[in-house]
Amino acid sequence: MYVAVKGGESAIAAAHTLLAKERRGDPAVPELTTEQIREQLTLAVDRVMSEGSLYDRDLAALAIKQARGDLIEAIFLVRAYRSTLPRFGYAEPIETSAMTIRRRISATFKDLPGGQVLGPTFDYTHRLLDDSLNGGAAGTPSSPARKPVSEDAKVPHVADLLGHQGLIEPNPETESAAPVGDLTRDPLSFPAERDLRLQSLARGDEGLLLALGYSTQRGYGRTHPFAGEIRLGEVEVHLAPEELGFEVPLGTITVTECEMVNQFKGSAESPPQFTRGYGLAFGHCERKTMSMALVDRALRARELGEEIVAPAQDEEFVLSHADNVQATGFVEHLKLPHYVDFQAELQLVRQMRREWEDAQRKEAAE
Amino acid sequence: MSDAATYNFGYLDEQTKRMIRRALLKAMAIPGYQVPFASREMPMPYGWGTGGVQVTASVLGADDTLKVIDQGADDTTNAVSIRKFFERTAGIATTTHTSEATVIQTRHRIPEAPLREGQILVYQVPIPEPLRFLEPRETETRRLHALEDYGLMQVKLYEDIARHGHIATTYAYPVKVDGRYIMDPSPTPKFDNPKMDMCPAIQLFGAGREKRIYALPPYTKVVSLDFEDHPFERTKFDRGCALCGSEGIYLDEVVTDDRGGRMFVCSDTDFCESQRAAPSEAGHGLHEVPR
Amino acid sequence: MSVEAIERGFADPVHDAQKVFRAALDAMAHPGRIARLASSLTPPSPLLGTSASLLLALADYETSIWLDDTLSENPAVSDFLRFHTGARLTRQRREADFAVIAAPADMPALATFAEGTPEYPDRSTTLIVQVEALANHGWHFSGPGIRERMAFSAAPVPADFPQQLAANRAHFPRGVDLIFVTSVELAALPRSTRIVESA
Repeated sequence: MYVAVKGGESAIAAAHTLLAKERRGDPAVPELTTEQIREQLTLAVDRVMSEGSLYDRDLAALAIKQARGDLIEAIFLVRAYRSTLPRFGYAEPIETSAMTIRRRISATFKDLPGGQVLGPTFDYTHRLLDDSLNGGAAGTPSSPARKPVSEDAKVPHVADLLGHQGLIEPNPETESAAPVGDLTRDPLSFPAERDLRLQSLARGDEGLLLALGYSTQRGYGRTHPFAGEIRLGEVEVHLAPEELGFEVPLGTITVTECEMVNQFKGSAESPPQFTRGYGLAFGHCERKTMSMALVDRALRARELGEEIVAPAQDEEFVLSHADNVQATGFVEHLKLPHYVDFQAELQLVRQMRREWEDAQRKEAAE
Repeated sequence: MSDAATYNFGYLDEQTKRMIRRALLKAMAIPGYQVPFASREMPMPYGWGTGGVQVTASVLGADDTLKVIDQGADDTTNAVSIRKFFERTAGIATTTHTSEATVIQTRHRIPEAPLREGQILVYQVPIPEPLRFLEPRETETRRLHALEDYGLMQVKLYEDIARHGHIATTYAYPVKVDGRYIMDPSPTPKFDNPKMDMCPAIQLFGAGREKRIYALPPYTKVVSLDFEDHPFERTKFDRGCALCGSEGIYLDEVVTDDRGGRMFVCSDTDFCESQRAAPSEAGHGLHEVPR
Repeated sequence: MSVEAIERGFADPVHDAQKVFRAALDAMAHPGRIARLASSLTPPSPLLGTSASLLLALADYETSIWLDDTLSENPAVSDFLRFHTGARLTRQRREADFAVIAAPADMPALATFAEGTPEYPDRSTTLIVQVEALANHGWHFSGPGIRERMAFSAAPVPADFPQQLAANRAHFPRGVDLIFVTSVELAALPRSTRIVESA
């Protein structure tokens, strides 16, 4: 029988079996453990936590294993799990100036309070494949000697150093009582305020943000950025339950923060001064936070009275397409059957084709 | 953690259901208007029915009987997958028979058998905004709906006629609801549009990725857009189903070989099976299926 | 908090809420159709069990509820709703997602509640009006959900209620939606319903 609609169920089951087999690969090679992923593919774990909006290294590692290393698929798994979790409350804002710094660099000042800390970075590696990593016998790398950094010393933000001299715009004052928007609980509507924009960018696809940030550097909405500061380290998260009336520490998370300092020539209302672009992500996500800060600044065009001429400045365009779970779903849905609509189009094309041919014949006869 | 038993009835948590239920009541009160809702991340991809699934999960009760179709068929892979999802997370009864179902989730078709009062038809919607392809900005289309300014759509349809002699839209053919909102019927073929008009069943539309819900109450006037000199025309097939012989229904074209061989069969598999089970009613004999 | 406030909620939160929602959906889908709404709730007076069921099914910390003076007089009503729904209680009618009216003869004008904006007409108040009687005679209605004509009335209501309903419809798509309840029934008049003839 040609009408092959039956058997969908067994086909799906078979596909799942094949998928599991592919995931495992050659059984002669030992199976990857989620602990190995968590400890050795840390940047993949960090990206999945960031764009998955769930800080849990073990779940991210599991998702990466289950997704066979497809990070967007892993982000999707984490998001779907996250949406079923109950909410107990909202944490207090984290204090990144109290971060336990592991890396902190500024491209605007040679030296500054808190110092420059290079930390773990690919930046000055020569991109030569390292054969010693082959075969799993690379051994345990040692820790370098380190200048002791006082644990409780605050490391001030570069933007605040400029702020003391009034050379950078103040951080926009927000009413502390005003609720912070949450696009996972309320549908996004436009124009969006900066809280929702930053949330959307933090969850947004690294690749898209990278391309958009890059486009601003090439002149599509130029913002004259300087990497005021990039910092990586651990911060404490606190919760202040209403019934207790005081803050309770929940634990420590790793974050990367980027503050861009951008030139601004001033407007009728504001004097010439530097402006800010901001990026923050879970884990070590430097490329992501830098791109995010560029795009955040570009998206402030409306607020700063700049002409909106480039894609990166177009809030509705950027925020509507930043989510890779949404994007991949809709692009890939083209795999689903569309026989019914295609049949309707076929009928129309055949009809129009007949009419065209009739007209041609008539013309030829005349 | 992956144990289905730890999830709530119908997968969604109660707070999410309440949020969706509130949106559904508003949608029912403002027919054809797209109510924004805080669509959740579902365990299936956006674009694969997450809006329909969230709506279904929010209306479904323990005594409902669910039918799921994709392209009119109960056994297409995505229909099977969604039906399984609800069997597993809600443990409810399912059926392939249109007449037995109280809730029907569909992608791209309206069943051939007339729907009745008490049934709920849930459509999966990819792009809920009928003006989206004419105006990509949500801020702008929302304003056009508010002003009831549908000139863009009239111009588009008229240009079709000027260029092709027809309105060149064959599916997702826009409709006007109760004389007010222009609405996207989801990518159903325009053949199905007349079934929406004054339908006794409740029709609910869920667009998960675009975070919109809209609805048609029963007995609502739904008019396909047209012009006096170019009235709306339903797609007509010049033959009946090769399997059950029914005419005046929507057909799938099945390619049988690479030499131009093809056959046309019912897109609605339940309708086709029920016609074949009762050939006297269909008024046609059984047709031999070519091999 | 009073003892009445912790008067129990739904016995089966998941399935009870679903049944109440479906009753509300059916009521909105069929304006003027009177249906039974069984409620096992015994909220503090003068809040009816039926109203309480609707609010427990539909309201939560994301919504606000406005209560008329008669309901506000008994603080146990507010406590009960806060405890069981987590909703904010508001004194501003234009901010309310839901409004509950226990003294319908003296209820505030429909136009004083939130009726949404032209872009977002859904940002409006749903009124739950506790009445003594619902009947399928009196006013006549047409519109979505009604095959031809539907006769329906609720009592008591203000004398100019038909005019208010007509004005509410005239603002469409802005407007308020009404759910009427007695102790055992419900019926709805969404904003899409047109009043064609008054009693």
